[in-house]
Amino acid sequence: MSVETRLNLDDIVEIGRQFRLQWEQAQQAYVLLYPEGMVKLSQSAGEILKRIDGKLPIADVVENLEQAFPGANLQQDVLKFLEVAYERGWIHPKQAS
Amino acid sequence: MNAAGSTPSKQVKPVGNPLWLVAEITYKCPLHCVFCYNPVDYTRYGQELSTDEWLRVLRESRELGVTQLGFSGGEPLVRDDLEIMIAEARKLGYYSNLITSGVGLNEKRIAAFKEGGLDHIQLSFQDSTRELNDFLSSTRTFELKSKTAKLIKQYEYPMVLNVVLHRLNIDHVQQILEMAEAMGAEYVELANTQYYGWALLNRDHLLPSKEQLRRAEEVTNKFRERVGNKMKIYFVVPDYYEIRPKACMNGWGSVFITVTADGTVLPCHEARMLPGLTFPNAREANMKWIWYDSPAFNTYRGDEWMTEPCRSCPEKIKDFGGCRCQAYMLTGDARNADPVCDLSPHHHIITEAIAKAQQARDKPSTTRPILFRDDKNSRALSESAAVHS
Ligand code: SF4
Ligand code: SF4
Repeated sequence: MSVETRLNLDDIVEIGRQFRLQWEQAQQAYVLLYPEGMVKLSQSAGEILKRIDGKLPIADVVENLEQAFPGANLQQDVLKFLEVAYERGWIHPKQAS
Repeated sequence: MNAAGSTPSKQVKPVGNPLWLVAEITYKCPLHCVFCYNPVDYTRYGQELSTDEWLRVLRESRELGVTQLGFSGGEPLVRDDLEIMIAEARKLGYYSNLITSGVGLNEKRIAAFKEGGLDHIQLSFQDSTRELNDFLSSTRTFELKSKTAKLIKQYEYPMVLNVVLHRLNIDHVQQILEMAEAMGAEYVELANTQYYGWALLNRDHLLPSKEQLRRAEEVTNKFRERVGNKMKIYFVVPDYYEIRPKACMNGWGSVFITVTADGTVLPCHEARMLPGLTFPNAREANMKWIWYDSPAFNTYRGDEWMTEPCRSCPEKIKDFGGCRCQAYMLTGDARNADPVCDLSPHHHIITEAIAKAQQARDKPSTTRPILFRDDKNSRALSESAAVHS
């Protein structure tokens, strides 16, 4: 992981302009669509990304997920996944305004 | 589920669902590119699909699981119902891309595209060689392109530029990249010509030398270093200089569908040239039957059809023996290995083509003149094709 793609719990991230997240009936999965193709997301990746709305800080996303999946401690997993997603350009932190 | 006692005869990989649809909504085009991949006899083909017919194609394909949709042509902007198709595509959940020369794009139309939900625009440089000087001296074409580029930016589309390279422009890669930078392009695809259709007819004029290619790559790499992440540059080499073929369409009937202006449905945009196949028409059949059951889509699935050396080659799962159309055009049999492969007994055809192009370069007078893609030439070529068949 490069330093530039580290994320913090109070960061607000959004899905990249070129990507579109949607539920795909034929794949029975969430997918990210982009100009050259499509990434089929694992169930957990889909659950995380569908909560990324460019408004909630990551901490709230984690809380939200822990409510949906009680008993799990997800903070590290979510952060790690989002950092990978950032590195791949799927998401990025919202410009501080 | 098998009935009791029956055994499956052989392990056949099930056919997956298609993912890409290219809708060549019209063959009409204001330009006359010498490298055009449209069929050389395009003027022979029948009436274009109507709006409703296209909407049905979009619906049925989406139901099959297609997510990526490209509107292309010809020049798709020639159709004034493009707005309707774009809006429907978004409603259906496609990720849609408009592949255009930019000729015919204005603010009213791009606003409607955005509103309708078009995801992406790919602007191709129709450096059509007639306009080469104009293009390189950055006059008329450049002005038109910059206007288009401004519109694309204004409507917050990423700038994706596609430039087809060939011998006549490849030495100008530096200028081309500078111009792309000046236009604010985020992605540039420098795609060497693929030799089908009009490009094959003009191959002796278009195939660059190895040396030109090397220089162009060097220039591209230097440029990449300078601009960094600001501009992503893809450089696609002509497969004639490779020793393994491309995995054409990721395999026949595996993920890709082209529907042409007249409704013919193809597993790749060149497949119409292949003999002995009757391609289904979207006017007469639904996309589900076409994809799963039509004989044409099943002909080159799997590896039963292959000849040697592909048949027993371990690499067949990677490249599927290359391009059926290239195999047919150059060896006369679509089941043969793509002659780009140096394991193919026909590989000499490629090396000879390179030598012939070199000769045309050294002694231009020995080669017949370049042919532009236009209706007159197409009609003439259709007639000569009719005589041969
Ligand atoms: S390659 Fe050129 S001539 Fe052919 S359809 Fe595209 S823009 Fe038109
Ligand atoms: S012999 Fe056929 S399968 Fe093997 S690498 Fe060449 S084209 Fe591909």
